[in-house]
Amino acid sequence: MTTDRIQLRVDNISLSFGGIQALSDISFDVRKGEILAIIGPNGAGKTSLLNCFNNFYHPDHGQILLDGRDLTRLPPYRIAQLGIARTFQHTALYTGLSTLDNLMAARHIHMKAGMLASILYWGRAHQEDIAHRRVVEEIIDFLEIEHIRKSVVGALPHGLRKRVELGRALAMEPRLLFLDEPMTGMNQEEKEDMARFILDVYERQGMTILLIEHDMGLVMDIADRIVVLNFGQKIAEGTPEEIRNNQAVIDAYLGKAGVK
Amino acid sequence: MAVLRPAGEFDTSYASDMATIRQRWQWWLLLAFVVALYALPFYASQSVVALVNRIGITIIAVQGLNLLTGYTGQISLGQASFMTAGGYISALLVNNLGWPFFAAMPAAALGAGIVGLLFGLPSLRVKGFYLTMATLAAQFIIPWFTRNAFPKVLNGAQGINVQVPVLFGIEFNTPQRYIYLTLTVLILTTIVAHNISRSRLGRAFVAVRDHDLAAELLGINLFKYKLQAFFLAAVYAGIAGSLAAHQIRHINSETFNLIDSVMFMGMLVIGGLGSNLGPIFGAIVVEMLIEGATLFGPLFISLFPSTAAGAVQALRPLFFGAALMLFLIFEPRGLAHRWQLFKAAWRLRPFSY
Ligand SMILES: Nc1ncnc2c1ncn2[C@@H]1O[C@H](COP(=O)(O)OP(=O)(O)OP(=O)(O)O)[C@@H](O)[C@H]1O
Ligand SMILES: [Mg+2]
Repeated sequence: MTTDRIQLRVDNISLSFGGIQALSDISFDVRKGEILAIIGPNGAGKTSLLNCFNNFYHPDHGQILLDGRDLTRLPPYRIAQLGIARTFQHTALYTGLSTLDNLMAARHIHMKAGMLASILYWGRAHQEDIAHRRVVEEIIDFLEIEHIRKSVVGALPHGLRKRVELGRALAMEPRLLFLDEPMTGMNQEEKEDMARFILDVYERQGMTILLIEHDMGLVMDIADRIVVLNFGQKIAEGTPEEIRNNQAVIDAYLGKAGVK
Repeated sequence: MAVLRPAGEFDTSYASDMATIRQRWQWWLLLAFVVALYALPFYASQSVVALVNRIGITIIAVQGLNLLTGYTGQISLGQASFMTAGGYISALLVNNLGWPFFAAMPAAALGAGIVGLLFGLPSLRVKGFYLTMATLAAQFIIPWFTRNAFPKVLNGAQGINVQVPVLFGIEFNTPQRYIYLTLTVLILTTIVAHNISRSRLGRAFVAVRDHDLAAELLGINLFKYKLQAFFLAAVYAGIAGSLAAHQIRHINSETFNLIDSVMFMGMLVIGGLGSNLGPIFGAIVVEMLIEGATLFGPLFISLFPSTAAGAVQALRPLFFGAALMLFLIFEPRGLAHRWQLFKAAWRLRPFSY
């Protein structure tokens, strides 16, 4: 699946919060159609990096290029419209909506009905809803969440909420999918399901996936390449094999274990 | 809005799955209810008709607030001030420019909407408590404006008299006549609110309410949708203000005041935020309570002759306050939620256990 074409180029990104240097001079490329994992100990700056891609955090300097287009000047909602979707480390669903409506809300960027069409509803907006409902139902089937289709998501258990959140991101039909710890807090079975879904998406749709995950075994299994962050710095980049044997990575993780 | 659906009914298409009313008998029930309302002047006393009229106008104002606060999550204490804007615009267009009421009311809706939009601008920078403060500013600035600006036209604190609406030579000068206006407009505003809530616009509103960060990162322009919510809320207020002003036949800076804004919020809480039934339930219950307090007054005096009339006056806010407290404690999600539970139980019958 992996191609050599660079889809996202991260060029010399730095980010600080007051005195804290969350990211220093990070550069790497994401190739079209690969699963790239970002790993690193707690507080390494993984989530902050994703937030920079969304331009929710504004880097002090550096560029982020999606197919050659700089994202650091665009408002977050525009970046989503360009084909970037994500899930959140701490689930961030629209808790008052059903599973179905959470996914329908994600179709927002592909829909056209403005204020007037929405108010009149019959005709255009209704037809549009039906058309997009089809796409959403396919995703619901794919993720095996038919049984909670009409359940309000705020009341769902953690594992299912994570799955709905993946569904919401998929409903955006993105070119690039960011997953921030999609499996934290899940039991083994749920984790395996999730890994299966991620691999399915990757294989069937050829979506580029950027995955943050702490479960090392899992990352080694599914990632094409891995970027390792530690204290806001990139300490390694390479295939799972290369990362496994990288001394700096071993030190970072052992060092952390040593402190504990 | 989920609906009554007996066990065993399944949907064959997305269109019918999305439909609000699925069964023919439900349409008949709704129709019967509407007919009963329209026929009210034929079997109810004038005071009942007047009460229903007032409730109808209140529902419209609360429906607008529900779009902004219930669906979009932006708490506003300025709804009554946009009624003031709408009421004045409509009155001036009819009185001074000779517009027919039926052109003046939509214009008032639009005008109030634009005023609402202006007071929604701070939502670009602030949210939560600070935004509520900005809406409170509307509640002070707009009445101040009507008292002090263009004294020749707006007549200062005295306010202005407002003409009775006329259509096809019929003067809507009694509650029995006016109620046809109110009910017709109310049906339209209810349909519009329902359409908004089930459309792309409504889902964007709820996304902003439930997780503004996620909404923004997933492609929803927060500012645009907050402004649309402010606009629509004020449009509803403008309609309600216009209807009320032409019925009362007078408007001044205090006709719709801060207390009303607070009451609307209370009605929404009691009825249920973010549900289309919420404004209807809330306005009915609170208006009835207030009515009850009025009826209860003479009884209260006869039981405790020493109490002053002032104490009786205090019964209204007391009833309202007590109802609000009880709801916040026992049913913070409002009557609409109760109703959903009731329907869910009914729908699953006889398998509900
Ligand atoms: N909004 C913020 N304000 C201040 N500091 C922040 C903010 N966001 C992140 N940080 C800091 O930046 C550093 C990196 O945090 P980040 O959340 O990106 O780490 P992470 O690699 O995602 O960690 P974890 O594995 O725990 O999720 C931390 O020191 C964190 O405290
Ligand atoms: Mg993180």
